[in-house]
Amino acid sequence: MSTTTAPEAPPPSTRRVFIDPVSRVEGHGKVTLLLDEHNRVQQARLHIVEFRGFESFIVGRPYWEVPVMVQRLCGICPVSHHLAASKAIDVALGIASIPRTAEVMRRLMHYGQIMQSHALHFFHLSSPDLLFGFDSEVTQRNIVGVAAAHPDIARQGVLLRKFGQEVIRLTAGKRVHGTGSVPGGVNRHLTPAERAELAAQVPQMLTWCEQAVDLVAALHAQNPALYDHFGSFRSNWMSIVRPGGDMDLYEGKLRVRDADGRILHDGTDVQDYLGLIEEATEPWSYMKFPYLRALGRGAGWYRVGPLARVQNCDRIPSPRAEAQRQRFLAHGPVHATLAYHWARMIEMLHAMEVIAELLQDDALLGGELTSPLPLQRPARREGVGVIEAPRGTLFHHYVIGDDDLISWCNLIVSTTHNNQAMNEAVRSVAREYFDGRAVTEGLLNHIEVAIRAYDPCLSCATHALGSMPLEVTLVAADGQVQDAVLRHGDGRFERVPT
Amino acid sequence: MSRAALLVLAVGNPSRGDDALGPLLLERLQQSSLPALWDVELLTDFQLQIEHALDLEGRQAVLFVDAGRPGTACGATLTPIHAAPCMLPASHALSPQAVLQVATQLAGRAPPAWQLAIEGAQFALGEGLSPVAEHHLTLALALAQQWLQSQRPSAATPCSVSATPVPAPPPAGAATPPATHQPR
Repeated sequence: MSTTTAPEAPPPSTRRVFIDPVSRVEGHGKVTLLLDEHNRVQQARLHIVEFRGFESFIVGRPYWEVPVMVQRLCGICPVSHHLAASKAIDVALGIASIPRTAEVMRRLMHYGQIMQSHALHFFHLSSPDLLFGFDSEVTQRNIVGVAAAHPDIARQGVLLRKFGQEVIRLTAGKRVHGTGSVPGGVNRHLTPAERAELAAQVPQMLTWCEQAVDLVAALHAQNPALYDHFGSFRSNWMSIVRPGGDMDLYEGKLRVRDADGRILHDGTDVQDYLGLIEEATEPWSYMKFPYLRALGRGAGWYRVGPLARVQNCDRIPSPRAEAQRQRFLAHGPVHATLAYHWARMIEMLHAMEVIAELLQDDALLGGELTSPLPLQRPARREGVGVIEAPRGTLFHHYVIGDDDLISWCNLIVSTTHNNQAMNEAVRSVAREYFDGRAVTEGLLNHIEVAIRAYDPCLSCATHALGSMPLEVTLVAADGQVQDAVLRHGDGRFERVPT
Repeated sequence: MSRAALLVLAVGNPSRGDDALGPLLLERLQQSSLPALWDVELLTDFQLQIEHALDLEGRQAVLFVDAGRPGTACGATLTPIHAAPCMLPASHALSPQAVLQVATQLAGRAPPAWQLAIEGAQFALGEGLSPVAEHHLTLALALAQQWLQSQRPSAATPCSVSATPVPAPPPAGAATPPATHQPR
């Protein structure tokens, strides 16, 4: 296979363009573009500071608190952390299996999370780019603009998201900071009325999900040159799949394909993930750089998330989504960054189909909620929980000490897996749209679109009023700042004196 | 199902230092047992999202509460706000103005709204509330109480609390609305 090699050191004779937070406050992305002597973009470095301190936040806490407290790591996908932590603690405690009711409730919660997060991303973040164009007025290129120009689409997005949130509320117990999943199982059933309330909305939600896939497919068909080309680069792909290769976003074994679609690793137990991947560090980034041990740091990086999952599995085990996947795959191995949106909508449809099926399961209404602790305590209480979160594979790995406190942990979130890939996407886009002189608003727009396609968890952190989300700075090879621009929260583009 | 006439919608992550100011203000309001809490729904969430536009439907007035970056709120500032398409280009979160705008597009109107910004100092994961933020929280509580008293509708139905349930305060007599909503 061939992938773009990730250089470990800046090439000689480069100068830097960097997109950088003004200060190291949370809520910012920071991109550095390294130019060669011909003013071509040689490297891109996306800096995200949100992931500092996850492990120290968790170590020292009682294990039973962990599934609830880890939800505070992320404002968008707390349920994914909730469930990944629960699964890891189950393993650490030696609980080999959980009751069917717990399995079904957790899955329902998870697919509700997938559905609401994908709806939010597509309708709120990406559809404005796709519907209005990357260079459209920035104050229009948002969900508010969509609501004005396409009120039906905007309303569908809001109500799809609301439905997913209701699934979470009813399975997790609360709208935010739910407590539904506990070590060994869950702590609630659905009532018949709650199930009926959700089930009544299923036909409409399925229709809207399918229409969303058709919409993004139609957008692709209108401008295939853009969609196939923008931010396109080759990479490996990783996700979990069921034994046999079906898509499963809740449970499975690790599979890796190369850029040509060949399977490199398959059936790797998630407990053995450290034998498959290793994490590198770079002095300029708080985020680590996972890569496949077998291929090394340069060629072993990979992508996760919807585009990886849709191509990594052999089949989606729900008919409407599988039919849409086949239409998607007719394009061959897809490497283009914007294809993440199409894959994301296929997954949203799949999630909705799974929800529809799960809601028919009477185990939701009764049955054992938790498995008992094993009679014999494991000699070493250590466990890994892996789940396919909306943005990609999420690892939670814990060791529980004799005092029942977490003594060690390691979290690899989806945005970290995609770290190198996002750099490559930005590099690819910047290389095409940077004019060699200044940071234009057009360049900034395109970089934003490339980053957004990966849905990085920039909002893991705070969103407090006054945040300034993006700064772009051009620095010459001698370290002198030549140009700097800001994108303010209200969409204003401002050139900063240098 | 009828909704409380007033909505106080506070956002913030309780585990990220002064980002907890919004949720903490709601806790303080609940503990204050203000008579004006009657016919008020208190909601808290990590961030404002598009579906919060649906929470605005049928309200008489809405108060958004959020932490502000250093230098953005002069301690605590209460201001009327209006629907506007202000969005963060790389974030999933909406501004209060954008939530109002989505509500307007979806329902044809949005209720009158105010924003209570409480200035914080540090926002790192796992940090507690800073001393300066604690002081600002006290200022903000007074502003929120003023706002509630000024907005209190004539109807008296029990306070509805979401996300952090606490016993509803007892009913009491009416208070005189302040002459202005502007704290400073």
